[in-house]
Amino acid sequence: MQSQATYNYKVVRQFAVMTVIWGIVGMLVGVIIAAQLVWPELNYVEWLSFGRLRPLHTNAVIFAFGGCALFATSYYSVQRTNHTPLFAPGLAAFTFWGWQLVILLAALSLPLGFTQGKEYAELEWPIDILITVVWVSYAVVFFGTLMKRKTPHIYVSNWFFGGFILTVALLHLVNSAAIPVFASGMLTPKSYSAYAGVQDAMVQWWYGHNAVGFFLTAGFLGMMYYFVPKQAGRPVYSYRLSVVHFWALIFTYMWAGPHHLHYTALPDWTQSLGMIFSLILLAPSWGGMINGVMTMSGAWHKLRDDPILKFMITSLSFYGMSTFEGPMMAIKTVNALSHYTDWTVGHVHSGALGWVAMISIGSIYYLVPRLFGKTEMHSTKLINVHFWLATLGTVLYIAALWISGVMQGLMWRATNVDGTLTYSFVESVKSSYPFWTIRVVGGVLFLTGMLIMAYNMFMTMAGGRVVNDAPVLQPAHAH
Amino acid sequence: MDINDLRSLFTVLSFVAFVGIVWWAYSGRRKESYEAAARIPLEDDLPLAGEQRADQVKD
Repeated sequence: MQSQATYNYKVVRQFAVMTVIWGIVGMLVGVIIAAQLVWPELNYVEWLSFGRLRPLHTNAVIFAFGGCALFATSYYSVQRTNHTPLFAPGLAAFTFWGWQLVILLAALSLPLGFTQGKEYAELEWPIDILITVVWVSYAVVFFGTLMKRKTPHIYVSNWFFGGFILTVALLHLVNSAAIPVFASGMLTPKSYSAYAGVQDAMVQWWYGHNAVGFFLTAGFLGMMYYFVPKQAGRPVYSYRLSVVHFWALIFTYMWAGPHHLHYTALPDWTQSLGMIFSLILLAPSWGGMINGVMTMSGAWHKLRDDPILKFMITSLSFYGMSTFEGPMMAIKTVNALSHYTDWTVGHVHSGALGWVAMISIGSIYYLVPRLFGKTEMHSTKLINVHFWLATLGTVLYIAALWISGVMQGLMWRATNVDGTLTYSFVESVKSSYPFWTIRVVGGVLFLTGMLIMAYNMFMTMAGGRVVNDAPVLQPAHAH
Repeated sequence: MDINDLRSLFTVLSFVAFVGIVWWAYSGRRKESYEAAARIPLEDDLPLAGEQRADQVKD
């Protein structure tokens, strides 16, 4: 019986392909809004204006591209590390179609102007309810699979994916609490937050920072702990460090949100608490980064001719860089310079392009041949081209915004001897144009890399077959 | 005892729990099981367990 069971690759394959498609869509919208900042005349119709497209960009890259990557990799690794097919395959299929529907509804409602106005939680209440249903189904499939595992131990990647699924459920439910508007006896898609004033701000950034900490970090660390050892062919550097890494993140991330609200109406002690916990976070973040990179020890030569490993190890370098930068920016005095400037946007992209996108791209390159019955991608050379385009694009993007961000911060705070402001706001905008142009170039490079990936993926698919017969293996050390 | 005492107590207990986890993770007794756990992803591609054992006998 055991040997006849097969892993559920169908849902993994669907999510893996859509990761690339939504990656292109989300990054294309990013390039468009970057261009709109340089050439404002591109805002020629209201539903394609910067204000409407910007939340579409963030939602598309985080929840469509990143979300599909997380679904694909978690469904794949939870089956293989636990030696059992997915629990409730029908429900797993529902999570795919439900999640695609959420993405389509976002792509329609955001340009039309329906928004709750909360960053990374803009979608209106009917879509929020659909997200909740899909997410609970995801949790049932994932934890159900864990419960019927054939191994005594739950491998660390599953702990990270599980922590990510539970925390995102909690964050989404609390922050999306809203009261729909009744107008002339009808329920409308418009709603108002259940919280008010500074509490609303704190709930939003408790959500917002943990969206970064659990959606964009814990989930992708789960990916890292499975796919880096697989691609390197070596076990993780220190398993006990990975256990401490997990619990340290769980115990500290929840408290870091207030650093988004320095020098606001939020009580001072809350701001300081957020700052201290953000500084503490440096330790687990670097512990995890070192654990991932050191997995390569003794196998560094593999980096020379394996562009998939290059993606993974570079992603860890950017993870280390942005998790050093983040705590620094959370220090109140640094934040006084950096906040509301391009520095923040640059920091986010160092994490999003450098860490999240690159570890996802590496993992999808690992998955695609296995899901389509090939030993490797159609062209390894093109993966290498993609790697250099992505790296160059990311470096151009973040370097440009570091410079413009610090410049903006310095210009805004400069005062004359009589106490008046040295620069008007529009002068800082004018000085930012060259750097915004470099950002467009960086974005175009990154997007070009994704298009090459799509070509490579479709060529691999064309020459391969749909694998639905991967046998479920018995654990090597079944006790 | 008001709610703030409970909050302080919760913070201290959380810290103690975390230190306990670190102590537990680094205790020598877990070395062997962690080494086996670290091999889990590398062993999910191997042939069936029966054949695997036969291989190990040859070694």
